[in-house]
Amino acid sequence: MSSEAASVTAPPKGEYHAHHAVESPLREPLIRGDKDYHQITEDICSPTENKPGLLWFIAIGISTTVLGVGSFAVLATLFEGIGMWGVNKSIDWGWGITNFVWWVGIGHAGTLISAVLLLFRQGWRTGVNRAAEAMTIFAVLCAAQFPLLHAGRPWTIFFVFPYPNTRGPLWVNFNSPLLWDVFAITTYLLVSLLFWYSGLLPDFASIRDRAKSKLRKGIYNTLSFGWIGSARHWHRFEILSLILAGLATPLVLSVHTIVSFDFATSVIPGWHTTIFPPYFVAGAIFSGFAMVQTLMIITRKVLKLEDYITLGHIDAMNRVILLTGSIVGVAYITELFVAWYSGNIYEQYAFRNRALGPYYWAYWTMMSCNVISPQIFWFRGMRRNLYVTFIMSIFINIGMWFERFVIIVTSLHRDLLPSSWNMYSPTISELGIYMFTFGLFFTLFLLFARAFPVIAIAEVKTVLKLSGENFKRKKATH
Amino acid sequence: MEKDKKYLLGIFEDEDKLMEAVHYVRQNEYEMFDVRTPFPVHGLDDVMGMKRSRIPVAGFLCGITGTAVAFGGMTWINTVSWSINVGGKPFFSVPTFIPITFELTVLFAAFGMVGVFLYANGLFPGKEPLILDERTTDDKFLIAFDLNNEHIISKQKEITDLLTKYGATEINEKVIED
Repeated sequence: MSSEAASVTAPPKGEYHAHHAVESPLREPLIRGDKDYHQITEDICSPTENKPGLLWFIAIGISTTVLGVGSFAVLATLFEGIGMWGVNKSIDWGWGITNFVWWVGIGHAGTLISAVLLLFRQGWRTGVNRAAEAMTIFAVLCAAQFPLLHAGRPWTIFFVFPYPNTRGPLWVNFNSPLLWDVFAITTYLLVSLLFWYSGLLPDFASIRDRAKSKLRKGIYNTLSFGWIGSARHWHRFEILSLILAGLATPLVLSVHTIVSFDFATSVIPGWHTTIFPPYFVAGAIFSGFAMVQTLMIITRKVLKLEDYITLGHIDAMNRVILLTGSIVGVAYITELFVAWYSGNIYEQYAFRNRALGPYYWAYWTMMSCNVISPQIFWFRGMRRNLYVTFIMSIFINIGMWFERFVIIVTSLHRDLLPSSWNMYSPTISELGIYMFTFGLFFTLFLLFARAFPVIAIAEVKTVLKLSGENFKRKKATH
Repeated sequence: MEKDKKYLLGIFEDEDKLMEAVHYVRQNEYEMFDVRTPFPVHGLDDVMGMKRSRIPVAGFLCGITGTAVAFGGMTWINTVSWSINVGGKPFFSVPTFIPITFELTVLFAAFGMVGVFLYANGLFPGKEPLILDERTTDDKFLIAFDLNNEHIISKQKEITDLLTKYGATEINEKVIED
């Protein structure tokens, strides 16, 4: 093995001068309690080493049951085709795409937290990024089930990728936003996976070096790719994270922008609007953070990580929810205004029909869950209340689901030709497939929480001296 | 049979002390074998006098490859290989090529950078790591010197004193059997 410290500049001259970053002692600590580096490793690794508690077994029992029951619906769709679904000639996009967009939206928080907040140097990111990124990957996997099943013959899904073939060659249509979606979602999934996994390498090595059994050491060594924590490697690691964050930031924004193009580039009244890209991106971040809250409030309790995912973290995320929720609210109102101001009767009808037509209940569920209820987070006490936050996070995801349902179904069910006006409701197989993705999501997350370090150990250690409660106290008394 | 590898290890409990020690080790021109830390220590790269990694260059090169593949590929497919008339829209249409071009630029750059990162660090699944002290992925920091190096052997006493002076909590020797 060659010497890792070899490629160096000339030796330094003179005395050593330490440079310390300073954070005000008034600022709330990111890590609570009397922690040192070893205690952090201990706290975060021990859930992967001990037998999981009863709660975990109950949770995985429920989620695998849901997964199992839901898979009957998947199988039924595979055998019978999408004639099993409630979609018809007018409403040719129903729950399938609603759920797809909903899951992709949820998948926006993880990479936003790890990439955008890294660029903004937000220290609180370190406590939640790992789990949020995992959630992102699982959510995107769930999202992918819907186009896959809607293809009718999922075994031919590779037709969506352009490759030289014997059918002409017959290529895909590069002018179609649906194809852009294929590229956007695939890239997002792969880049998020790379980002997540490169961050996991050092933490797997931490688990490996604590492991008692040979098997466990071997498994975690394989997972860690043989990471040793050499200073040179850390230097590359930091540069890699920074540049990946720089790339992932526009990527996060592009993915839901492209998803919104599925609608915005069409000529359906209610879809054909230029406001869609920013409005979808804000909505995606909004729902993604809500799902992070749902998961984090449970995870921190079950795995006893309250010192790392503090009320300060919950508060910070609720602020993002308040901001993005308000952007979504402004977007809803802007849509209504522009529909009126356009003078276009079809556009005006589409929006009147949304709010007052047969699907009015969906519209008002969306409005109250997404626009009105998050306003409670203007109050600090509410942002720091776990019960309120948990209930709100569920409300928001219900609201965001209805947003997609409203956009898709109400715009299609009464289009330009009244003779094809129709109503839509899902069948049991659509319900089952949605259940299936829930089962998949929670099963994957529970397995992750069991075997992987749910908090980025190395990254939390970097903020300990700066923002640990005990270090702050010491500094304040000096 | 090859000779066993021997290393002199200075163990630290505090990253600030480690950095100070590294500074003086380098000033005295003792060649370090490696420095290991449980997390990225800010400023250590400067103290060690590391050259900045060229991973961003790899990212840029892979990124423009992605741009070229996507844009060139779509242009060739739509105008040369098999043009499809969709509603009379132009075959060569720059605005509709932008989303996929962007996505592939990011995808290629990300894969290229991670690939270079793993290659430069010599990391791959199943690699047998050279672990000098198992606590360096937990809470200890270490500076390692190669005890098969004549210069280091002759200066072992001075190095040990220097490490102790700047706060090493332990001085160990590690033998890796071959």
